[in-house]
Amino acid sequence: MNGPTDSRLRGWLATPVARALLALALMLVIGCVFNADGAFFRWSVHRDMLRQVSVFGILACGMTVVILTAGIDLSVSSVLALSAVGFAWLTLPMGWPAVWAIPAVLVIGTALGSVSGMLVARMRIQPFIVTLAMMVFARGLAKVVSGGQKITNYVTGADGVAHLVPMPRIFGLIDSRVVGGNVSIVTLVFLACVLATWIILARLRLGRHIYAVGGNEEAARLSGVPVARTLIVAYALSGLMAAVAGICQAAQEMQGDPETGMGYELDAIAMVVIGGTSLMGGKGSVTTTLIGVLTIGYLQKILSLNAAPEATRLMLTGAIIICAVLFQRGRDR
Amino acid sequence: MSPEPLVSLRGIRKSFGPVEILHAVDFDVLPGEVHVLAGENGAGKSTLVNILSGVYADFTGELVLGGRSRRFSVPAQAVDAGVATIHQELSLIPSMTVADNLFLGREVVGRWGRVAFAFQEAEARRILDDAGLDVSPRRLVAELPVSVQQMLEIVRALAWDARILVLDEPTSALAEREVDALFARLGSLRDRGRGIVYITHRMEEIYRLADRITVLRDGVRVATAPAQELSPDELVTLMVGREVTRLRRKDSAAEGARQAGAAGRAPALEVRALTVAHPLPELARAGRVVVNDVSFTLAAGEVVGLAGLQGSGASDVLHAVFGALGKRAWGEMRLFGAPYAPSNPGEALRAGVALLTADRKGLGLAPWLSVTHSVSLSSLDRFSRTLGWLRRRQERDAVAELTRGFHLSAPSLDAPVRALSGGNQQKAYLARCLMVEPRVLLLDEPTRGIDVGAKADVYALVRDWTARGISIVLITSEMEELFLLSDRILVLHRGRISAELEGAVATKDAVLAAAMGVDSGEERDGFFAARDRDGGLR
Ligand SMILES: Nc1ncnc2c1ncn2[C@@H]1O[C@H](COP(=O)(O)OP(=O)(O)OP(=O)(O)O)[C@@H](O)[C@H]1O
Ligand SMILES: [Mg+2]
Repeated sequence: MNGPTDSRLRGWLATPVARALLALALMLVIGCVFNADGAFFRWSVHRDMLRQVSVFGILACGMTVVILTAGIDLSVSSVLALSAVGFAWLTLPMGWPAVWAIPAVLVIGTALGSVSGMLVARMRIQPFIVTLAMMVFARGLAKVVSGGQKITNYVTGADGVAHLVPMPRIFGLIDSRVVGGNVSIVTLVFLACVLATWIILARLRLGRHIYAVGGNEEAARLSGVPVARTLIVAYALSGLMAAVAGICQAAQEMQGDPETGMGYELDAIAMVVIGGTSLMGGKGSVTTTLIGVLTIGYLQKILSLNAAPEATRLMLTGAIIICAVLFQRGRDR
Repeated sequence: MSPEPLVSLRGIRKSFGPVEILHAVDFDVLPGEVHVLAGENGAGKSTLVNILSGVYADFTGELVLGGRSRRFSVPAQAVDAGVATIHQELSLIPSMTVADNLFLGREVVGRWGRVAFAFQEAEARRILDDAGLDVSPRRLVAELPVSVQQMLEIVRALAWDARILVLDEPTSALAEREVDALFARLGSLRDRGRGIVYITHRMEEIYRLADRITVLRDGVRVATAPAQELSPDELVTLMVGREVTRLRRKDSAAEGARQAGAAGRAPALEVRALTVAHPLPELARAGRVVVNDVSFTLAAGEVVGLAGLQGSGASDVLHAVFGALGKRAWGEMRLFGAPYAPSNPGEALRAGVALLTADRKGLGLAPWLSVTHSVSLSSLDRFSRTLGWLRRRQERDAVAELTRGFHLSAPSLDAPVRALSGGNQQKAYLARCLMVEPRVLLLDEPTRGIDVGAKADVYALVRDWTARGISIVLITSEMEELFLLSDRILVLHRGRISAELEGAVATKDAVLAAAMGVDSGEERDGFFAARDRDGGLR
């Protein structure tokens, strides 16, 4: 009864990518039904969704790498805030040009990630605890750098008098759109992060090491995988992505806010697991994370288009995360 | 007139995804019989018994137990219905104690649902004593060597007093004496009218135990017959579908090694005064060791067998030589004359030393990694360009070629290793060790769970490698294998070398006597002759 094409199709449908795509397709169907008087059919709605989801998506890329090692990185939201504050501080009161400020912020993010990685890999402290501590620490550091205030272009000069400085061009540039206003720069940054992560995971030796360490750390060690180095690099990558996200966040908000990004780590984790990446490590991919990012992005967009109240939105998001994960797991446990 | 079967499976079909694995298989178990299920790796034996024990509920066909048609959705239901199972892969929880594992799923609870830990512990001690297993109920399972874990699984399943006992390769890591003890227990269960399903790749076990034999090939039942009506050769042909040539001992390798030694060539491996501290820090501080002042040399192309009972330290020797024990091991080593002191497995691999551990699930494979990625994991440097960019085509081809040599059968080389049958997982693990093209190969139970045909392949390959100058240190619980392959046999007793025997003249009795340290008058008895040496490979 089952022709060969039929069975091949069934085989494909059982793959995580196919399931994640089905979930996304379902979300799009829901969007078409609750289309808010045709708003859902306008490209600008999709463009805005992509822009709004980009910062989360960048965090989710780094999170995917860490979760694949059977770890977790709770500190991404705070590293994002620190990076946003750091970027604003360097470019506004300090007046650094962007070509210096951007690398400096990226280095700081990577360094904080490496510290987490070092504590996980060498001190053998659990990732949850290490990154929880790093989350608190980086948030504190952001407040120290900013003096507890939002850093804006209203700068106190040497004479003690506050005055407006012009906003550096880089802020507007990152927040702008290209291709006739159809694609945001932050979305392109997000897609570049997805591509970079994909290359690392699917094409580089490092990626194999990440999967092996997450799948069975002891077996990886006995196979000659440099386990500690792999873990440190994974957390460093997550820190780097958080710094990238922080710069985008600062540009979009036109300021460095030490309170920004609270709770973003949870959204990032949700996007990763909806895609089917296992919190147990060793199983998953960034492709499914991309699909997970879009799924949650559309969910939020549809809810806001239909003017769902905040409370409904939160409850529905929670319920849908569980449904998506159950659907993803299917029958093979 | 045959008695009513305890359980019968009729027309069982089972698929994974689009692939059908079992094709209308019939199987039944009578009271008071041992029914052996035989077949090649990947034939579907484990899948069939997993249906019986409630692991898989999505099959077609009928399972009749106690006169009515059943379909278990979780293993606990099968247990309640009187089916106890020892699975092929160890299913103990490593982070829990021995006692907790023994009572897992049927905890003794007092008021308010409180678990009666003290009672369980006392009861566990009694059960372990009955089995002659010298392990403290408080020990963590993670700290125990594989063979002790395997015996715990057996003890746990026997303690349920089930009507049907299913054993899926229970002896793959057990030594002869432990097997004897297990068989005595199974014999008495059979006499009490229990039904036993037994899966093994060891021919002598089949003929010692079986009342009836069912042979599966590629998911099809090709025969069911009383054991005495099926000769070993017929059985092998039924399983494999081809003739398997049996290998004879050959002593040319030892001869060649001696000549090389005489010609003044450096031995492949020299180990001097190797000592390994106890894995538990408090015992290590008190000066306890698991390997004590072991010295030996290994010539190029030579196979040295390491024999010893549980806790003799043989596995620790291999792990130490591989640099996997870090600061716990000390002593002096030379590799082809050059000083050799690996501080981690990566260094050992780069120096040309590879280790296959006895615990493929815990220490060998990552379940979700694909077959290709699992096999190439230790050799990725060879397939990397700058920045670690992988040459994937080359990698695939190399893996495909190597695994063909083992007759590895997998849904595809991109399937996760967890979708492979146990024996095929072992082949993938072996292939990884070979892919690094080692000069010294450390093998701990290399043929664990692989079928007769593949075993012959492995033996032939061992011949082939040694002829090319690769040296091997071998641990195996199968005496036959030990004698067949080893040029020399070193017997360990409590971490010390108690005898060195020439492979050609060694006898089972000599090895056993030395392994038990009979000289020092320490013969012990007990059901399972395992000794808990308060530690494992960690
Ligand atoms: N979870 C799974 N997903 C896909 N295929 C599977 C899965 N489990 C088993 N298989 C396939 O089913 C077939 C039968 O496997 P099974 O484990 O029953 O073999 P077996 O007879 O027990 O072999 P062995 O002697 O090696 O243990 C194999 O080809 C295997 O690849
Ligand atoms: Mg099996």
